[in-house]
Amino acid sequence: MHEFKLPDPGEGLLEADIVSWKVAVGDTVAVNDILLEIETAKSLVELPSPYAGVVAEILVGEGQTVDVGTPIIRIADTQGEAAAPAADAPRDAPNVPHEPAQAAPKEATEALLVGYGAKAGAVARRARRGAHEAAVLADRADRPVEPAGTPASTSATGGGSAGGTAEPPRAKPPVRRVARDLGVDLSTVAPTGPGGTITADDVVAAANNTGDKRIPLRGVRREMFRTMTASLAVPQATAFVEVDVTATVELIETLKRRRDFTGLRISPLVVFAKAACLAIERIPEINSSYDAERDEIVLHNDVNLGIAAATPRGLLVPNIKAANRLNLLDLTRAINELVPLAREGKVPPDAMANGTFSITNVGVFGVDGGTPIMNYGEAAIMCLGTILRKPWVVGTGENERIVPRSVCTVSLTFDHRLVDGEMGSKFLADVSTIMSDPALALLF
Amino acid sequence: MTQSAGNNREPSVADVPIQLLDPSGRRLDHPDFHYDGTDADLAASLRDMVLARRIDAEATALQRKGELGLWPPLLGQEAAQIGSARAVRDPDLVVPSYREHGVAWCRGVDPVDLLTTFRGTGMTDWPSRPDTFYPYAFVIGSQTLHAVGMAMAQQRDGAVGNDDPDANGAVIVYFGDGATSQGDVNEAFGFAAATSAPVVFFCQNNQWAISEPAIVQSRVPLYRRAAGFGFPGVRVDGNDVLAVQAVTEWALDLARRGGGPVLVEAFTYRMGAHTTSDDPTKYRTSDEVAEWRAKDPIDRLRAYLTAAGAIDDAWEAALVAEADALAARLRDGCVSLPEPDLADFWDLVYANTPDLLVRQREEFLAYEASFEEAR
Repeated sequence: MHEFKLPDPGEGLLEADIVSWKVAVGDTVAVNDILLEIETAKSLVELPSPYAGVVAEILVGEGQTVDVGTPIIRIADTQGEAAAPAADAPRDAPNVPHEPAQAAPKEATEALLVGYGAKAGAVARRARRGAHEAAVLADRADRPVEPAGTPASTSATGGGSAGGTAEPPRAKPPVRRVARDLGVDLSTVAPTGPGGTITADDVVAAANNTGDKRIPLRGVRREMFRTMTASLAVPQATAFVEVDVTATVELIETLKRRRDFTGLRISPLVVFAKAACLAIERIPEINSSYDAERDEIVLHNDVNLGIAAATPRGLLVPNIKAANRLNLLDLTRAINELVPLAREGKVPPDAMANGTFSITNVGVFGVDGGTPIMNYGEAAIMCLGTILRKPWVVGTGENERIVPRSVCTVSLTFDHRLVDGEMGSKFLADVSTIMSDPALALLF
Repeated sequence: MTQSAGNNREPSVADVPIQLLDPSGRRLDHPDFHYDGTDADLAASLRDMVLARRIDAEATALQRKGELGLWPPLLGQEAAQIGSARAVRDPDLVVPSYREHGVAWCRGVDPVDLLTTFRGTGMTDWPSRPDTFYPYAFVIGSQTLHAVGMAMAQQRDGAVGNDDPDANGAVIVYFGDGATSQGDVNEAFGFAAATSAPVVFFCQNNQWAISEPAIVQSRVPLYRRAAGFGFPGVRVDGNDVLAVQAVTEWALDLARRGGGPVLVEAFTYRMGAHTTSDDPTKYRTSDEVAEWRAKDPIDRLRAYLTAAGAIDDAWEAALVAEADALAARLRDGCVSLPEPDLADFWDLVYANTPDLLVRQREEFLAYEASFEEAR
């Protein structure tokens, strides 16, 4: 019996999501047959089989996030050997690794995080090698005394889901795909197919029937969950300003007619981005971060400008490096390139790292404004509301009157450890000065 | 092999790569270059290419199984590597980058030895490595300067420009399109040109420097850079093993005779990832990959040899069996590579280990011995 532990398919990765299994219990596999597909922080990767034999046990379910070094599948040399472990009863829930598998690998995990290759104990050689071998031996010793009541063929005859002794739900890959697309947990679906298999119709019916929809927290969504949670631990404050952006809207119309802007999408967001970069030159603390190791505030030389983008996979904040050095045309180009990449999930990794300040545009959803939460590690985030025609008081004295103007609410959330209320307010005031009269940008 | 390319005559400069075998497996004529090996020679090239691809596929799979820390696949570059390596003869020196598994194969390096580096059980001190094949270079482009130094040494040893062609040698150095953006490579070009060093700069332009396309790195085709330094540059179809061998033989011959350096740009494509840590689907389209797959170097040579009747099903079956056996040997060899002993590392840098390091080694051995009872 061979056990395949999740390898590190990149360099120094700690965990991976199990995307899909390409084999099922009972399948015969040859060396290098693809066993499964996993997704790491870096890429989607197919893992080939190191062993030839019969799949005896799949130890982790699709959708699970697994540490490197965790056993994920057992492959028997022969059909006969495959029968033994499949007979374990009662079985754990399908998404929990099999019991003896958990005991041994804890050491292996630590080893694999540092060194490469499958050898456990590569780190703490002497002390642990003995312990690990003992665990493996214990694992082997356990096996013969495990109850061997149910033959392996149970898997083929089906009906194994009675009495909570769950086994992985049986469904063909296209059905699993349907389930994934519809967000249906296969273990909750009643099978009607031959041999207790789940059909696509079963999945659709389950999608229409089930009350609560459960979405696994993975990938981009999990990243949002983590960074937002981390960010809220930072003492922060939000300030608002309502700005007459009529002149900016007119500027946009002028720019749109220029030949060098042909084919580019230009919106007030671009001017906001430029205004923020200019205002940061006066209040560099807005573009700073805290270096906990050295207990220092780092004022960043350049503005790596994050643009929050709603994507089908969740919120992404890719950033434009050194946006402060770009003129309005180049900044427009950069935003035009970045946002579609984000939506297609093709943002290059370096565009996701080292952001220093972010802008979120909730205005595109028709929302007036909000109190954004900082992209973790940055000192501030600026939020743009929708631009609406509103009554606005202009003029003074005799000339004071109400006229319709294009108005926008802008808010700024800042790390109050690094930026005080005065700096935050001055920054907002500078941004609104430029937005209400873009010509004044010449003063910056 | 290219009599028509006479002394120091620069071939017709063209952006269209020199091609002697088109993607359908049809032989083509070229005014300056032709391949005069036999079909049996080409069958030997095909065997090398198929085995190189198998070594590569097996090593990639070993990485995915957790047996290697990293592997840089060569998939798609077999013709560029085998064609150029088969143009090398003693006493030529070969200076590889880190992806030259096919070149290493042709020069007699045991592929299991290559794995030691990527499994982390050894450095690049492979037992089977001949003195004429230098260790892999992982610092991008640095090896081009070393190669020029070696070529200058050959000049001083009188191994260049002799009447007896067998007494002459040259250096061939491998690097990629990304390396041409490095200062080192440009310095190497400058030195080689200034000293007329017998060095062939063999650039495998596989179109992608990790995620950076070659076309955004240079305003001119890479082979034309050589003109600015004052030596010839040629662009060859890197997926055409006949053309690659013909062009490399010409370039090495020119260098050996004292004609100075040559830049060969082998226009090819990395069909796999940059390394196993890279996901190329993030930066290039499947259409582009499909377009290059249609130009596969192995398929076209197999098509030619099959049509010419030089190989048949039995030949192919024997090759498959040979490749399978090689793959199995690679798998077994990989997992049985001996774990390094940390105590040995003190002896690897100096011919005479200095006292400080000797003391460090003794301290380490004492420390290690203290674990004995835990065994």
